Amino acid sequence: MDSNPSTAESIYVSDAVTTTAKILVVGHFAVGKTTLIGSLSEIRPLRTEEKMTQASALVDDLQGVPDKVTTTVALDFGRLTLSDELVLYLFGTPGQQRFMQLWEDMARGALGALLLVDPSRLAETFPVIDLVERYGLEYAIAVNTFDTTHAYEEAEIREALDLLPDTPVVYCDARDRASSAQALISLVRHLLARAA
Amino acid sequence: MTAGEEEPVAGDFVRAYVITGGRRLPSSDELSLHTLVTVGPDKELPLGASPEVRAIWDLLSGGYLAVAEVAAHLELPVGVARLLLTDLFEQGLLLRRAAPPRAQSVDRGIIERVLHGLESLYG
Ligand SMILES: Nc1nc2c(ncn2[C@@H]2O[C@H](COP(=O)(O)OP(=O)(O)OP(=O)(O)O)[C@@H](O)[C@H]2O)c(=O)[nH]1
Ligand SMILES: [Mg+2]
Repeated sequence: MDSNPSTAESIYVSDAVTTTAKILVVGHFAVGKTTLIGSLSEIRPLRTEEKMTQASALVDDLQGVPDKVTTTVALDFGRLTLSDELVLYLFGTPGQQRFMQLWEDMARGALGALLLVDPSRLAETFPVIDLVERYGLEYAIAVNTFDTTHAYEEAEIREALDLLPDTPVVYCDARDRASSAQALISLVRHLLARAA
Repeated sequence: MTAGEEEPVAGDFVRAYVITGGRRLPSSDELSLHTLVTVGPDKELPLGASPEVRAIWDLLSGGYLAVAEVAAHLELPVGVARLLLTDLFEQGLLLRRAAPPRAQSVDRGIIERVLHGLESLYG
């Protein structure tokens, strides 16, 4: 933004940081993943891409390139410094079933997943729940209220999504930092209980 | 933010192939997306480094960044950035920090620290 050296330095993680943790922000298309990450991140949320499917197969078989196309998926992520030694990364992960390779990569070493839900499109959340469960990720449901303010009762959502009784369900506004942080805290409390 | 996040990228693949010399992309076991990396003290950029490696070097000369951040800042696909970083790491030129455990199992101590951090910031 400007040439102030402290601004230039701020893209880096402090030398004192010894540990990084990763939490996934998952959910179906346009549910608010990028918005929530942007609300919480201390850096401008970053975006990168991952090649999906047969990355190595394609490279092994370059002659086949004209026939082969693959998919690129945008990943966005943000960063929160939680203490002098600890940084948390939040990775937005699309909920489509076919991005298995990406999920494997994302799930490895993740503490758990905040699963965003749009209460007016509950059915779109089923495949996302299947994915987090397949990868053994603990999760909490964050209902992104989209201005509908609690028109959907928690019990209704629990039943529709067939949640376990101890799976947290919290309401949040992904555009609001404090509200997004509370959703994340509910998830991490749950992770701690499950890690006992 | 556009809806169309998927598109054919054969052209990008050729580019990735050239950058990596056609080698297989390393698995995320080596350097995961949130592993921090930086240039080792008193290390020098290898002679004949590609423009991409040079760009990584310049970026990481400033401090620690996560693997995913390197990819994003340099607009490289994550797999390609990871491969180039793995090369530099294996040559002893990079430092790595906070490598997460390989196992999928999660350390309770880290969860506690994350919770404590979030609560003290937002509690
Ligand atoms: N009114 C309202 N709009 C929201 C809220 N959260 C997100 N949006 C909007 O919904 C749209 C989709 O949000 P994104 O954050 O891009 O959703 P996403 O899950 O990252 O979407 P994809 O990456 O495309 O799957 C954007 O236009 C947001 O501004 C909310 O709480 N209330
Ligand atoms: Mg998004």
